[in-house]
Amino acid sequence: MTRLRVNPIGCVGHGLCAELLPEWIELDEWGYPIVDRESLPAGLEAHARRAADACPTLALLLQPD
Amino acid sequence: MATLATTVGLPRLLSALSGGEMVDLDRHLDAHGLLPSDRELDANGLLDLVERSGLRGRGGAAFPMATKLGAVRAARGPAIVVANGCESEPISAKDALLLHELPHLVLDGVELAARAVGAAEAIVAFETPNTAARMSLENALSERRAERIDSTRFSLFAAEERFLSGQETALVSQIDGGPPKPTFVPPRPTDRGVGRRPTLIQNVETLANLALVARYGAEWYRELGTDAETGSKLVTLAGAVENPGVYEIEFGTPLGALFAAAGGLSSELAGVLVGGYFGSWLPAAGVGALELSNEALGHHGAALGCGAVVALPARSCPVAETVRVAIYLATETAGQCGPCVHGTAAIARTLHGVAEGKASPTAFADLKRWAEELPGRGACHHPNGLAHFVSTALRTFKPQFADHARHGPCDGCAAEPVLTFPQPSPARP
Ligand SMILES: Cc1cc2nc3c(=O)[nH]c(=O)nc-3n(C[C@H](O)[C@H](O)[C@H](O)COP(=O)(O)O)c2cc1C
Ligand code: SF4
Ligand code: SF4
Repeated sequence: MTRLRVNPIGCVGHGLCAELLPEWIELDEWGYPIVDRESLPAGLEAHARRAADACPTLALLLQPD
Repeated sequence: MATLATTVGLPRLLSALSGGEMVDLDRHLDAHGLLPSDRELDANGLLDLVERSGLRGRGGAAFPMATKLGAVRAARGPAIVVANGCESEPISAKDALLLHELPHLVLDGVELAARAVGAAEAIVAFETPNTAARMSLENALSERRAERIDSTRFSLFAAEERFLSGQETALVSQIDGGPPKPTFVPPRPTDRGVGRRPTLIQNVETLANLALVARYGAEWYRELGTDAETGSKLVTLAGAVENPGVYEIEFGTPLGALFAAAGGLSSELAGVLVGGYFGSWLPAAGVGALELSNEALGHHGAALGCGAVVALPARSCPVAETVRVAIYLATETAGQCGPCVHGTAAIARTLHGVAEGKASPTAFADLKRWAEELPGRGACHHPNGLAHFVSTALRTFKPQFADHARHGPCDGCAAEPVLTFPQPSPARP
């Protein structure tokens, strides 16, 4: 099982991740991601990996539980 | 400074105190005797002892020391120990007391901790303005060198005076020559800390406890406290009591007994803050029966934290006190995580508006949402602490906040602040 986590020091609030993974990530009013802390459902893992790869600062992390 | 004379077995940590002076090596050894030698108590023996004692961290998070020792021992590379005496929580004074008056107890603990993780080196950290700590530590170290007490190489480190200075990764960053800013974990300091080495960071009170556990044993240690929270705790009591100061209590002591030990309350109370500026505001009614343990406080959504307790007098305004601290905490962020920087500033700004009677109609709803959204979204627990402090204030003092939102400042707003903090100097970045 994996979870998504943001490295908030690296994140610059592009919001790209929320566009790619709206099921799991929303943005706060300043454009910073609020990530669901539950384990990712299997069906979303591939999407999550794509969102992580797309983050311009590599601040979106997939971590094993 | 005193302890609860009513509790059998106390004082422990503070038993050798000598009227405000540094307890020198002779007096320290008279009170506690020599440390067990490496042959009498080796690394495995120490780990076992710590495990059986139930000793938990005293810096705020109450993390079991044995688990941390195990993590450092399991990490690869030459380990190092950092004694955290920064005490960046402005209301707390217990670490300053230990460093200034009982440096040998702390240094004993550092020596033992180094032995437990196989470290040849240790750093004792305090904040720069704490010159009394530096002098005592220098004196104590020269006494110990003359008697060849330690096998560990000690050095001292003066950290910046910032609220975040004592956060463990911010402390590691400073020791390595960087700014007082937290870093993202992983890596944890236990794996990669000072100089990228496995690093054991413990609060100085935790280490002072280790010095007692090693001498008197785990069973003795557990005679005080509760099953889950063993031993004694230093608490800093401030506000409306006759004798504010540092007290040594047993975990589970009712707050009323602590007030009594401090000569009783000096006025009616508006409320009580337990756990310092990351702590919880609780209503004054019935607070005397509240037991000071994380287990008991947990039922009220509170925790003991570093052990700072403030009895807010009825003449003070809890709204004004909360707003000042919220603004202070918001200006003390390390400025590197978007949600923390924006969220803490928004909370502080909105609270200020409420206190001035200039709140927007959505102010309370906004505050509630931000306080819920913020925890866990920074690299360190700073935003969690601020959010908790503010939400317990909004809950405990709901009528007062509503009143300020409608009518602006009250008479108490002008009272001298009880919750104080260092004034940010303009020179600071
Ligand atoms: C903002 C912040 C400030 C902190 N300041 C201190 C401090 O001044 N002294 C301290 O011992 N721990 C402080 N801590 C806790 C440390 O990060 C760490 O948990 C502690 O030093 C570990 O020691 P212990 O397990 O013996 O308590 C702080 C934590 C945070 C989030
Ligand atoms: S894409 Fe990366 S930088 Fe942009 S908001 Fe998401 S985590 Fe932050
Ligand atoms: S969460 Fe806030 S205080 Fe902590 S590192 Fe990030 S910006 Fe600094």
